[in-house]
Amino acid sequence: MAEVRPLPVRIQVTDGALIPGKGDKTVRASWKIALFGALGLLVFLPLYNMAPVQEFVLSLWAGLFPSPELTARLDLLRSGKYQNIWVDILLYLPDGLAVTFSVTLSSILLATVFGLAAGLGQISRVVLLNRIATVYVEVIRGIPLLVQIFYIYFALGNLFHLDGFFAAVLSMAFCYGAYMGEIFRAGIQAVPVGQMEAALALGLSRSQAIRRIILPQTVKIILPAIGNEFIALLKDSSMVSVMALVDLLRLAKNYGSNHGDYFPPLTVVALVYLVMTLILSWLVALMEERLNQNAR
Amino acid sequence: MPDRVRIEGASKSFGELQALKNVSMSVGAGETVVVIGPSGSGKSTLLRAVNRLEVLTSGDIWIDEDHVTNHTSDIRRIREEVGMVFQNFNLFPHLTVLQNLMLAPTCVKKRSKADAEKQAVGLLARVGLSEKKDAWPEQLSGGQKQRVAIARALAMEPKVMLFDEPTSALDPEMVKEVLDVMLDLAREGMTLMVVTHEMGFAKAAAHRVIFMDQGEIIEIGSPADLFERPQNERTKKFLAHIL
Repeated sequence: MAEVRPLPVRIQVTDGALIPGKGDKTVRASWKIALFGALGLLVFLPLYNMAPVQEFVLSLWAGLFPSPELTARLDLLRSGKYQNIWVDILLYLPDGLAVTFSVTLSSILLATVFGLAAGLGQISRVVLLNRIATVYVEVIRGIPLLVQIFYIYFALGNLFHLDGFFAAVLSMAFCYGAYMGEIFRAGIQAVPVGQMEAALALGLSRSQAIRRIILPQTVKIILPAIGNEFIALLKDSSMVSVMALVDLLRLAKNYGSNHGDYFPPLTVVALVYLVMTLILSWLVALMEERLNQNAR
Repeated sequence: MPDRVRIEGASKSFGELQALKNVSMSVGAGETVVVIGPSGSGKSTLLRAVNRLEVLTSGDIWIDEDHVTNHTSDIRRIREEVGMVFQNFNLFPHLTVLQNLMLAPTCVKKRSKADAEKQAVGLLARVGLSEKKDAWPEQLSGGQKQRVAIARALAMEPKVMLFDEPTSALDPEMVKEVLDVMLDLAREGMTLMVVTHEMGFAKAAAHRVIFMDQGEIIEIGSPADLFERPQNERTKKFLAHIL
């Protein structure tokens, strides 16, 4: 049994799974348990629910505790009309995955644009730009994402006839742009002031200095944080299922209502989300290690 | 010598603290002026005001005909002609040595890449770092970094060079290689304004030494006069501490 060590005192501002860095044995262990547990269940549940396996199990139970219900289920299995829902869902999943990923990717790209603008605005010396950026960040961060999605899709969507995908991406990007604005601002301010001074002393303008000197260094600083935002956005993209968009969650919900059983589809979707975020958080950890290795 | 840098009545306050109190001085064309003084004496603030990295509360600074402290002046054009070397080097870590040298000439002066590269290679040879042109700043020692920083400033072909404690962040064994480069510059007739604690450099290169304390110039003199025959009590006390 591995020794359980208390987590080191480090308050990480992250929305996602803990990042399994090399040093934290406890986090790495729990990461492994979660990942392989989820993958195991994703393999086990469809196999366990295959007709021959079910027949074997149910007949065992029926032998021990005979009941009319079990007999009825065994009859169904033997009639050949039994459908393995767990396998069926897995076949449906790719459509939902495609929607979830395209919403996530488009949103993160657009959110990066909003975030960069907000971050630059927050450090701008032009009072108007500064106000717009800081108010944007304050307002958006103070309104729940789900409310924003409803607002853009139902309230504004009625006025401007927004297409579902577009409304989804716009609301996600608008919201995440505010959070990323904070990341960009912090990243820009993390570059030592001497860099800006050296650039100015050489005759560069402030905007040239930001473009050529500050931002390239900012990107390296904030890449892991952006990775975390990507994970958080992937999860929050499930909220767009309130729109007419069939993402993973909406797919599961539809499937559940069509078959009168929500348990299998929601279980599978939860596990799929878990696997995706765990893998992504591992990738972010890898990226962080890389950046720390050649920290220039 | 005609004045290249002229400072008249420079004052600067940071809130309550008065970092500079009505300071006037000049640096002649081709002259090397060394500013010494205890920490907090305002010498770095004065130096940084010359290219307006520090904005004065009151007072005027001219570089030749350019009025640095007039906010309508094109400060970028003035800065092109004022090289600055910092205590912490401030090399751009995401650029190679060569790119560090080429950035400002291509970006500000719009010189061609080939042109800028040729010049950069020449400057690296001058500071003795030809073999480091493709290195990253993090791969250099402190002394090498500072020599690259000097070459980077020279790439803009400035008519004044400002040095803000250029050897203070260096290990002792690397101080000389940097001072040698500065000494060469002084001998070649570059105009230098140097804030430093290196009395050896001041004696070897300075035409005049300025002693500052608590935001004021206490004494100005040739190195021989100021070091051997200081007039003011505060100068004597300071020199007794460091020599």
